[in-house]
Amino acid sequence: MLLIACPWCGERDELEFHYGGQAHVAYPADPEGLSDAEWGEYLFVRDNPKGPFAERWSHAAGCRRWFNVVRHTVTHQILASQSNHPVAAGQPKPVIA
Amino acid sequence: MSHQLPEHPDWLWRTPDPKRSYDVIIVGAGGHGLATAYYLARNHGITNVAVLERGWLAGGNMARNTTIIRSNYLCEESAALYEHALKLWEVLPQELEYDFLFSQRGVLNLAHTLQDVREGTRRVNANRLGGVDAEWLDADQVRAFCPIVNTSPDVRYPVLGATLQPRAGIAKHDHVAWALARKADQYGVDLIQGCEVTGFLREGDRVVGVRTSRGPISAGRVALAAAGHSSVLADLAGLRLPVQSHPLQALVSELLEPVHPTVVMSNHVHVYVSQAHKGELVMGAGVDSYNGYGQRGSFHQIEHQMAAALELFPIFARAHVLRTWGGIVDVTPDASPIIGPTPIENLYLNCGWGTGGFKATPASGWVYAHTIATGEPHPLNAPFALERFTTGALIDEHGAAAVAH
Repeated sequence: MLLIACPWCGERDELEFHYGGQAHVAYPADPEGLSDAEWGEYLFVRDNPKGPFAERWSHAAGCRRWFNVVRHTVTHQILASQSNHPVAAGQPKPVIA
Repeated sequence: MSHQLPEHPDWLWRTPDPKRSYDVIIVGAGGHGLATAYYLARNHGITNVAVLERGWLAGGNMARNTTIIRSNYLCEESAALYEHALKLWEVLPQELEYDFLFSQRGVLNLAHTLQDVREGTRRVNANRLGGVDAEWLDADQVRAFCPIVNTSPDVRYPVLGATLQPRAGIAKHDHVAWALARKADQYGVDLIQGCEVTGFLREGDRVVGVRTSRGPISAGRVALAAAGHSSVLADLAGLRLPVQSHPLQALVSELLEPVHPTVVMSNHVHVYVSQAHKGELVMGAGVDSYNGYGQRGSFHQIEHQMAAALELFPIFARAHVLRTWGGIVDVTPDASPIIGPTPIENLYLNCGWGTGGFKATPASGWVYAHTIATGEPHPLNAPFALERFTTGALIDEHGAAAVAH
């Protein structure tokens, strides 16, 4: 069982999370311009490393937010857990007018 | 010591040092690699072959599966491939001169919802049209065929019926590997354990051999059969595969009296259960959601398997878990394998069997050997080419394979 650190809620049991696969896979800027091979690569091919892997998790049974984790795929050690959201980075909560 | 230990029995295969060069090098001495070596020799007369194994022979998924053999897949391409395997299973004990306890005790795929019933009857009809034995049983017939299944109507997921493939069954996985290894060795194939492939020898765009922990070995053709580690090997050749490696766990109980006459699978409650010849109940279910190479998964998967098994078999309530374990399964986006040439000349690929590779072992070896020997896919594996992820001609077995992945 993995103990995953949600950037907002802290460490929680794996059961509260949903897995999202490789992180940082951007939607193609110009999908119409891709060849079949490039589109197939975007749709179906992901990194599958034996070692550190940057991946997406969602705190499905908690705050329901997505964030990134770097996990070692052999030891399952979680090396980093982060969000791009400024609150999670320790910055003051943005003021909503 | 008061008594001497008995002599070690004869080894079933030699332990040769690697030669400098082979016609074909197969990477991975699991079931598929060994079957490929066997059929290269038997069907194509190619015996200057080495099977390189990083660990020990058949110590990966071949030692970790739940030994279920069946061919009741929905898609025509899959049913044809797995049915070819089943026909080979039926002759292999005699051909390999090794009784690996292939027992055609049938497989039930239970239906618990109206959707399950519709899917099951559709699959029975599709199987019959494709020449695969299949029957539809109602709940009373399920009870008659496998009395220990709880067919009471007042449970959470009542059994409404089941598909039955009478020719399906189980076999003793280790013995299958040893039988194939012994025959391949007799044909002159070198089985080399403790020999890790660390890179590929290239001449331009062509692969001309492998770098290994025991030195470089040149080869006319190199064929990958490395299951969960396929991506790692392909990466050494600069090839990215549409494959993700996941842990898949299984468990056994202590030895019990023979009580379970068949194989029962339930997609809805999600467990599959059989009883091995020795007496242990063997159970498995789905993969862990995350990528992993550690040959272990999370315990909640085991809990879910056991809860599902108790739902179906209340008689097992007092059974104990003796052992759980995990393997690494290579899953493709359409849950079907990839077998064929690669964009790199002389490099061949057999991977992506996911949770269902054991049952396919002989057919996988048969068509892969054909592909390696002739350079062209066998008609049975032509639809399973890597190119399908570009053309879009997927063989979508998610859900259609009679079990969730």
